[in-house]
Amino acid sequence: MKNTAILTLGVGAAMFATAAYAGMVDDIKKRGELICGVTTGLAGFAAPNDKGEWAGFDVDICRAVAAGVLGDSMKVKFVPTTGKSRFPTLQSGEVDMLARNTTWTFDRDVKLGFEFAGVNFYDGQGFMVRKDLGVKSALELDGATVCVATGSTTELNLGDYFRANNMKYVPVVFEKSDEIRAGYIAGRCDAYTTDRSGLAAQRSQMPNPDAHVVLPEVISKEPLGPLVRHGDNQWGDVVRWTLNVLIIAEEKGLTSANVDGMKGSTNDPEVKRLLGMEGEYGARLGLPNDWALNIIKQVGNYSETYERNIGPNTPIGLTRGVNAAWNKGGILYSPPFR
Amino acid sequence: MAVAEGGVKPGKASFLYDARIRAIVYQVIMAGAVVMFFAWLTMNTLDNLEQRGIASGFGFLNHPAGFGVPFSLIEYTEASPYRTVFILGVLNTLFVSFVGIILATIVGFTLGVMRLSKNYLISRIAAVYLETFRNIPLLLQILFWYIGVLQLMPQQRSSIIIFDNVFVNNRGIFYPALKAEPGFMAVPIAFLVGIVATFILRGWVKRRRDATGQGFPTVWAGLGLIFGLPIIAALVTGLPWTWSLPRLQGFGFKGGSVIIPEFLALLLALTIYTAAFIGEIVRAGIQAVSHGQTEAAHALGIKPGTTLRLVIIPQAMRIIIPPLISQYLNLVKNSSLAPAIGYPEMTQVWAGTVLNQSGQALECIAMVMGTYCIISLSISGVMNWYNARVALVGR
Repeated sequence: MKNTAILTLGVGAAMFATAAYAGMVDDIKKRGELICGVTTGLAGFAAPNDKGEWAGFDVDICRAVAAGVLGDSMKVKFVPTTGKSRFPTLQSGEVDMLARNTTWTFDRDVKLGFEFAGVNFYDGQGFMVRKDLGVKSALELDGATVCVATGSTTELNLGDYFRANNMKYVPVVFEKSDEIRAGYIAGRCDAYTTDRSGLAAQRSQMPNPDAHVVLPEVISKEPLGPLVRHGDNQWGDVVRWTLNVLIIAEEKGLTSANVDGMKGSTNDPEVKRLLGMEGEYGARLGLPNDWALNIIKQVGNYSETYERNIGPNTPIGLTRGVNAAWNKGGILYSPPFR
Repeated sequence: MAVAEGGVKPGKASFLYDARIRAIVYQVIMAGAVVMFFAWLTMNTLDNLEQRGIASGFGFLNHPAGFGVPFSLIEYTEASPYRTVFILGVLNTLFVSFVGIILATIVGFTLGVMRLSKNYLISRIAAVYLETFRNIPLLLQILFWYIGVLQLMPQQRSSIIIFDNVFVNNRGIFYPALKAEPGFMAVPIAFLVGIVATFILRGWVKRRRDATGQGFPTVWAGLGLIFGLPIIAALVTGLPWTWSLPRLQGFGFKGGSVIIPEFLALLLALTIYTAAFIGEIVRAGIQAVSHGQTEAAHALGIKPGTTLRLVIIPQAMRIIIPPLISQYLNLVKNSSLAPAIGYPEMTQVWAGTVLNQSGQALECIAMVMGTYCIISLSISGVMNWYNARVALVGR
């Protein structure tokens, strides 16, 4: 029983599951496809583009993992998950990993049996209101009706914030982000709360983005990152170091355009190790030695995927802020590759 | 001696071949296998949960919930424990189901009778209603009422105002609320007295009719008692309440009470959908009563309305009740479509929000399934008791 049973939380599945859970990397190679849980659609982070392909900042994490493990960033099957379904979906083994605006918290890391592979976006919760309400601060929201996603940390932060400031509010809860947006646009609520990145993404999707304003208060820390199930440390390492490769690549100035050239010309030992010219780093993860090269070539470095999906030149228009590299004033920092 | 010598021990040979004993043995084995299977299922699940380091058990019921809920019939704050959320969810399920069942029954019976009307227009209207709402999936109807009707109501500041004090907008219907003052209890007590008095009156009317054949306007007298007594009580005690009126202030209406659109959309959809089925059941029940009954009643000079009420309906009820139970159960279970629009009933708030916030999926789902089971069996029990009472007693 011990080595055959896998935990699942999907009620039916939990009772019958007996599949082995060791060797996710081998399983994915055999399957020829990575199965990645994403949101049901959040512009800039994960949404199908005009060609019907999934694209976005979180989607790129999945693509990077696929590029590293399978050598092809397109070999990913995306499974849309709601805030409610995401954890059971991962726990039951229906997806290999989640990359979907999920806040790293103690409970999720410890009690739910997950392993967070790192942080790909440092976020914080904020409020968006209509400009014509004339509200300048979240502290003026006493008595407001607030739209919020059910089953999220945002829902709890909202309760804490209003309680801490002795204010009252009426929550209106929805499951999917597009339902919340529709409710907010229809005027069911005065304010919309979620991570500030999410607010920016939602605002870009509104009929008249300029009529809405994100209030200055940041009421929580929301480190968002990819996560996997407990039980396969090698697989957790693969996802963690895939994320780190993106961050190191930016730090070292490796881009999808120049990585092949850099491979021939570089004298930096860390870059040599990263690109598989020195040592057997890929093999230790059960991957080919050019795994990091594939990731950078096919997906780009952290900065490239940021600018492509959510940067200032996209409709989402988020500046790097704290998400800049550590040597450029941000807090994005990868352990050394050695 | 002959017995002792050549005696075959009577039980021994027949034991293996006794059909009854073998049947018992098979059943014991079968029952054992089923028990073993469920035991394995439970063990395996617990083993898996433990192996993956997932906490199980019901300790989380005492942890504070931390999130807000838009609609509650009981005292609830973010600091309340999860178990309060559960009670809140169950009450909200029962509330929408209870109101839904009453309204669906009234609308359904009306439709059933309308459908059989000799008036072409009335019968057609009922037919169109039945065929439309029976054949559109319930989830779509819920979304229609919510997104297509209630969300398109005017904004708060341009509310539709009825009688100066009722405001209808896309945040719900805001109406004046009663605030009880000392002496108010006389009114509900008078109401209960009215109901009891009506039952007593009905008994007296029946006895008198059996004895003398004289009729009595029971319905009007009953309504007079049930609503007249509280009104008299209120006047005598000097209108012992004040009104809390809804007024637009800051972000929304202060004072009064509100019916939120999530509740209204769910209630409308459940009522309208279930009423269509009840209408068909009522029509079938009435048609199943032999036409001779109507003719006999008419021959005795009984008025058509009275014929329907005292001759047809009581006999039709025997046919109507069993399928009606199923419709009531369906309505309760269909209320679990609420998560689509965010009405905080059991499925939305417990099998959704709490499941996700606490991570205790097995416990949450088991509690919800158990509760639906209990609610359904209770409704079924009450209705079966009523059915047994109106059923034809063989003599």
